[in-house]
Amino acid sequence: MLIPTPLRPFAGGRSRIPIEVAKKPASLGDALEALWGVAAGVRDRVLTEQGDVRPHVNVFVGTESCRWTGGLDTPVADGAEIAIFPAISGGR
Amino acid sequence: MKTVRLLIGTSKGMFVLRASAARSAWQLEGPHLAGRAVYSVAHDGRGRRQRVWAGAASMHWGAVLVATDDWGRTWDEPQEANVKFPADTGLALKQIWQISPGLADEPDTLYCGVDPAALFRSTDGGKTWGVVRGLLDHPHRERWQPGGGGLCLHTIVRDPANAERMWIAISSGGVYRTTDGGRTWTARNAGIRAEFLPEKYPEFGQCVHKVVQHPSRAGRLFAQNHWGLYRSDDAGDSWQDIARGVPSDFGFAMAIHPREPDTVYIIPITSDQVRVSPEGKLRVYRTRNAGRSWEPLTRGLPQRHAYDIVLRDGLTTDSLDPAGVYFGTRNGKLYASSDGGASWRLAIDGLPSITCVRAVVVDDRKPARSKEAGRSARR
Repeated sequence: MLIPTPLRPFAGGRSRIPIEVAKKPASLGDALEALWGVAAGVRDRVLTEQGDVRPHVNVFVGTESCRWTGGLDTPVADGAEIAIFPAISGGR
Repeated sequence: MKTVRLLIGTSKGMFVLRASAARSAWQLEGPHLAGRAVYSVAHDGRGRRQRVWAGAASMHWGAVLVATDDWGRTWDEPQEANVKFPADTGLALKQIWQISPGLADEPDTLYCGVDPAALFRSTDGGKTWGVVRGLLDHPHRERWQPGGGGLCLHTIVRDPANAERMWIAISSGGVYRTTDGGRTWTARNAGIRAEFLPEKYPEFGQCVHKVVQHPSRAGRLFAQNHWGLYRSDDAGDSWQDIARGVPSDFGFAMAIHPREPDTVYIIPITSDQVRVSPEGKLRVYRTRNAGRSWEPLTRGLPQRHAYDIVLRDGLTTDSLDPAGVYFGTRNGKLYASSDGGASWRLAIDGLPSITCVRAVVVDDRKPARSKEAGRSARR
């Protein structure tokens, strides 16, 4: 799991966090749940209180944004790289 | 020794301007919360606190309430977002528009107003927050309409003598009052014109921009609307038009004098379509007789080619005598008066777009209370 710079204070300063998911096959939602277990403060920065990915945040599984692959239901294979990015649309 | 600190929220962080009680020279501190939009700031000086709260919103990562006990050097940033809508509402927080510490005799109570329009309350000094259901579930909600800044609850007015009575204002929804501590709310907009609706005097739906009250006269309210300037002498039951002698009754900002309950300040704007100072003159207008007449305050303010705007919380007063009056503009200028508005000086230029300004008078000899537990990640 790749953590962007602004969220690293909520992830113990780490840029990369290995995640183990017991459930097989795993979804992006399962992987993020595991991330919240070790970096709880990241959750509310990535998801709204309704559990949706924030409008100006992109979560990639591999090279594809989850917006186009089923959202939090996107399948995650063993060894997949998941990356959280601030979207380019967010700045003012 | 007393000092004045101006808490300045901007579209890209918060700043603190500091001066002695003479208010002749200002020192800038910041940016704090750099890059985040700060639409609300508040000082909580109850007990021995010296706590500043800010509503900090990132376009990417959402909005949270953060607090500092050392004027911005360090911030308590919650791990878990502290202002959240319950799951059953389907709503998600967009912005925190107003922070209101409670009354002196309820030292751990705070309120905040947010977009989408809702009121949140904390009774443990800001550690945890819950939505005020009586307003959230109001039957009018589905017909409230967002304005340019969203559907925001931007004003919270308490009755200093009665913790059960308070007023809130929503753009656009209008003024609502509770007399039972927030369990039930009634629209209080009689006499306020809704220029932008076919029915000009509806029960609700008005776009109120700011409401102020002097604590010594809790039942008298002044309102600056999206078109319209009003006073209520009966706690909001009825409103009278007081827009006589102003270049425009459109505007956002409004502030009241710290000791004179009949003295109110506004900053008119040309119109809803042309949101700059009328005739290119940056003018504060003051009434000293509760709105029977208004006078322009211009000494020291640009009176030629000044096309600026002051937002709803961009104008404020301090508690010194003579009163300080301050306003910040969307063009990043902060003007200060240390004589009740008679004359003005540009205190600082070049800030990001200013969204809100609050003034705090501090006796620096008074020791601050030690930090309270409750939040964790310090940034």
